[in-house]
Parts: sequence; C-alpha cells; structure tokens
Amino acid sequence: MSRYISNNIIPAIKTSGLTKTFGDTIAVDGLNLEIRKGELFGLVGPDGAGKTTAIRMLSAIMEPTKGEAWVAGHSVISEGETVKEKIGYMSQRFGLYEDLTVIENILFYADLYDVPKKERPLRIESLLGFSNLTPFQDRLAGRLSGGMKQKLGLACTLIHTPEVLFLDEPTNGVDPVSRRDFWKILYDLLKEGVTIFASTSYLDEAERCTRVCLMNKGSILMDDNPAAIKRSLGLPMFEMWSDEARKAAEIIKTVKGVHSASLYGNKLHVAVNSRELMDDIIIELGRSGITIRGHREILPSIEDIFISRVERQ
Amino acid sequence: MIKRIRHVVIKEFIQLFRDRRMKAIIFVIPVMQLIVFGYAVTTDVKDISTAVYDLDRSSESRELFRRLEASGYFRIGYHVSSPFEIQGLMDRGEITVAVQINHGFSSDLKRGNQAAVQVLLDGTDSNTATVAMDYANRIITKYAKDLGTGRIAVSPFGVELRERAWYNPELRSKNYNVPGVIAFVIMLTCLLLTSMAVVREREIGTMEQLMVTPIRPVEFILGKTIPFALIGFFEMLLVTAIALLKFDIPMKGSFLLLFASTAIYLLSVLGMGLFISTIARTQQQALMATFLFYVPAVLLSGFMFPIENMPEVIQYGTYLNPLRYFLVIIRGIFLKNSGLAVLWPQILSLFMLGILVITVSSMRFRKRMR
Repeated sequence: MSRYISNNIIPAIKTSGLTKTFGDTIAVDGLNLEIRKGELFGLVGPDGAGKTTAIRMLSAIMEPTKGEAWVAGHSVISEGETVKEKIGYMSQRFGLYEDLTVIENILFYADLYDVPKKERPLRIESLLGFSNLTPFQDRLAGRLSGGMKQKLGLACTLIHTPEVLFLDEPTNGVDPVSRRDFWKILYDLLKEGVTIFASTSYLDEAERCTRVCLMNKGSILMDDNPAAIKRSLGLPMFEMWSDEARKAAEIIKTVKGVHSASLYGNKLHVAVNSRELMDDIIIELGRSGITIRGHREILPSIEDIFISRVERQ
Repeated sequence: MIKRIRHVVIKEFIQLFRDRRMKAIIFVIPVMQLIVFGYAVTTDVKDISTAVYDLDRSSESRELFRRLEASGYFRIGYHVSSPFEIQGLMDRGEITVAVQINHGFSSDLKRGNQAAVQVLLDGTDSNTATVAMDYANRIITKYAKDLGTGRIAVSPFGVELRERAWYNPELRSKNYNVPGVIAFVIMLTCLLLTSMAVVREREIGTMEQLMVTPIRPVEFILGKTIPFALIGFFEMLLVTAIALLKFDIPMKGSFLLLFASTAIYLLSVLGMGLFISTIARTQQQALMATFLFYVPAVLLSGFMFPIENMPEVIQYGTYLNPLRYFLVIIRGIFLKNSGLAVLWPQILSLFMLGILVITVSSMRFRKRMR
C-alpha cells in the first residue's frame, strides 16, 4: 500500500492539448486535464464522444496526433513502455482467453508483468477474494457470466498493483447487481490509493465518482465534482407528471423562459428561468387539454445537467 | 525476455490442445491430405478399361488378351464385334484402350510372318494414353519373345488428341508427388495456425490487452510462432513417417539435411503467416488470405507446371515462393540423395527469403494502434 503514498505533487495524469484525429474527424480535441493521485475520475459522454480514444492514448497504445500526456510521471509518447508497467488498462471488451481457466488467465498476466513468484500467492488470493471468483478458479473463462468475466478482467489488470487504473466502460452490459459489486471493488482500490480513470455512459455511475468530466465531440464541456455539477445549472428545476408527457414536453419547450424540458417515462424535468413561470406553463398546457398530475421542485441530477449541456452544444 | 516468450508459448499450447478444431487441423488434416493425395494424385495407370476386338479367334489371340489382363494394367470389360462399337465406347468414355487383332494373326505367327496387333487409345488424357501404350507394348513384345518369333508389330494409331486438360511431364508419380505433398501439408498447417492465432487475439480483444502489458513485440511474435514451428516439425516427422512406411517412398538422402532445410523452410512459412495476420482483421479474412496465398503458391511451385514454361513475369514472381525452393530440396533429398553441395543455392535462397519475410512482417507489427 505504501508505494501509492509517494509524493502527491506529481499528478497521476496530466494532458496538454492532447489531440487525435482520424482523417478529417477529430476524435479528441485538445484535451487539458490534471488528475491528482487517488482520484476516482469519471469520463462521461455519449457514444462517439472520444472517451475510448482518450483512454487509449493515455494507456500508451495509441499515438496522439498532437499534444502530450504524462501518466504516473512518464510521457506516454517517449516513455510508453514505462507507463505500461505502472498502469492497468481494461478495454471496453476486456479480452479474456475464454479457453483458459480463471486462474490460468490471472497467472498469464502475472507472467507478462513479471510479478515475483513470492508475491503471487497472496496477491492472487486477495484478487480472487474481492472478486468472489475463488470458487470458480478452475472454470474456463468462457463459461463465466458477464459480471464475473468483468471481475476477472479487473483481477487480471490489477495483478501487478498498478498505480493508475484505466477502465473503459467497465460495466457496459453488466447486470445492476454486478455493477454495484464492481463499484464496491473500485472504492476498495481507491482506499489503497490507486488513481482510477473510468469512462462510462451510465450517468448514475458518474455520481459515484469523486470528479466527473463531461465529454462530447472530442472536447470537455464540464469538469467538477458531482455536487458542484448539480449546482451548476443555477436555475430552478421542476419535476412534473403527466399521462401525455411527450406532448407536454413539446408544448413546454415553446414557452418563453423555459430553459430545457426532458422526458423520463411519464415524468418531465423542466428547467426554468424563474419559479413563477410554472403557473404560465400549467395554463399553457391546460389550453391544449393536457392535465398535470402534479409538480415539485427538485435538485437536478447529473443526467439533467449533461443533457441540457449537450443539447445546448 | 526468454521467460516471457516461454509463458506465451505455454499459453499457446494449452489453448491449442483445448481446442478440438485445432487438434483436427494439426493431427487429422495432414494425414488425410497425404493419404488422399498420395493415392489420388497419381499418374500411375492401373485397371485401364479396355475393349478387345478379336477377328482371329485363335488360342494365340486369346493368350495375348489373357496376358494383358493378367498384368493388372488392363481390365477387359468389352468384347466387341465391330469397329463402330469401339468408336462408341471410346466416345462415351467407357474405354480408354481398344485392342484389335485381325484375321490371320495366328497363321502369320505360325508362318513366321510379321503379325500385327492394333492398339487404339483415347488420347484425351495424354498421360494415361502414353503410359497405356507403353505397357501394351511391353506385354506384346514379351509375348512375342516367349513365342520365339519376335515378330509382332504394334501399330499405335488412332491416337486422337481431343483436348489436353493439363499435362504432367513426369511418369514416376508417387515418388514425385508424396514429397511435394509433405511440403504442401506443412505449409498449409503452419500458415493457417500462425495467421489465425494472431488474428484471433485481435478479434477477441486480447491483443489490445496485451499491448498494454510490458511485453515486447519480438517476445510476442516469437511466443506466437515458436509453438507453430514445433508443430511444423512434428508434422514433418508424422508425414514423413507415413510417406516412408505407407507409401514406400525411398529416402535416399540425409535426415539431418531434411530437418535443417525444414527449419529454414518454416522460417518463411511462419513469416508469411505472420504477414497475413498483420493485414487480416478477422479470422475469416485470415483464412481467405491464407488460401489466396497458398493456392497460387502450390500452382506456381513447379509441382504441376514447370516453372520454365511460365510467362517471364510469373517466373520472377516464383522467386518469392518458398515452395519453389523447398520442392527441389525435399525431392533432391528423398529421391536423389542430393547433399548441400547440390542444394545450397535453394537452401540459401530459402533462408534469405525467410529472413526477408520475417523482417517485413515484424516491422509491420506494432504495439500501438493507429
């Protein structure tokens, strides 16, 4: 554990003007980030925002077109191989050898990372323990459930006690219970001092991070802790119930002073310039024959903020 | 470095032997190929469907037919009574040979005159026709000798060449074919295994995962190819054993030289497999690319068509074909007891080709994505 609590002056990750273009498309556009050690950094954004490209560049497996990045104090461009020794990277579809058993997969990565033989038994025991894979160590990886595969992937990435952990949409396609387990493991790692950089398209997961960054079309729209992001709207937000929520949303958007209206099933989240506007909205809806079952003021979720920001962009 | 290579090799072997299809590729397919090719790709002629037209009806003519049949080369299935029947049978492809003995055959023999036997051949397949003619000639000559006359003339006419599907200038078929098939079998297996194994890692996503480990490209490449080099050797032993025991192929030369040149041959084969894996993204693409390389490599190896007869441009192209060299080497060793003194140009060329291919593919192989 002590190896993580080295000096806190060097950031775990720093990027400066990090850019990647594929032909004419700019996947990542001049990324400037500084992530301290021990942060749980969540990179949030829609598909195609450039999250995977950013993570690949930071993991030193993709050459940036422009700019520079340092991970654990080493340049990803000139010291890529040193960076690789210090990080763990779990790609979106973590490649497990499905025809190898759980333990064979872990041992293979232990071999590649040259984990000393003496440290292995303890390390493997704890990795299997936290991932609840101990009873399945002789099972072929291909016969594990999606959630277990994900945890095995994480165990393989952690075998060499990395300082920085990159996770690219780690819980994509995993059931909610496994997702919760997975995040519990991440918190344990955080306590050990590991810096975690995770991308996700689940906004409820973003709220679990210590710092959230919204990325869209290759650039960063917001970057703060979840609480600050929620306050950042600076406008009152109301939740409304209606049986004709979709129709209601259309009408509400036409009312002057309405900042945004988004649909959540039969609920609507409406951001307005002033609280008094709500009366106008209800009258307007009444004219179109739409009844509102009720409304209340709410604290906006990260999702609300991001949707409004992405729409505005 | 050596440790890491060893780990990849071990992992590769575990995976290979857990995969039933892979085991089939390694063990069953080469043996099957050799047996099928060894028996089927043969220009030896046996049981030639034959018609006889006996106008003499003497004991001498019957004896000649008996001898033809007893040789095993001719199977007399038709006794015809008119030349038109022969024409019909041959047109329908039911017979390849017709033997006609005219009236007066036995009396000519008794009188010591020149007796004539007419052999009609279907020249569609020029090989079979030539070989059948040769056999018939020998049997009839022998018969004449036994009778003490030496006076039977075989008139080979009616050899009409309708078409020529391909030609094979060689008549020693099995001895010539089987060593070639050994070379083909090793090439196909090793190409497939190498290209598929690397592409599979890319397909299932482990490649991206490996890129982020401190493994060096050379370690990965060696770890991935050494298992298939070993399998290539094993294949060589297996197929050679079958060739010697089952097909009675003579092994006149040195086993040591055979293995040394196999090692050099594997260098370029594995290099080609690796090259394919750097251009293919999926296993299907790798499979396609393997056959796109393999089929021309076999056709332009000099195995079926002599290289000297090819257009000049293609002749230059064959310099990049490892089979071109290895066929000369393996046949030389098996059949002619050729040694280094004779084979060194081929061995050297093969070695240089191997180094070239391995270098190019390794350079294309990167630990970074684009």
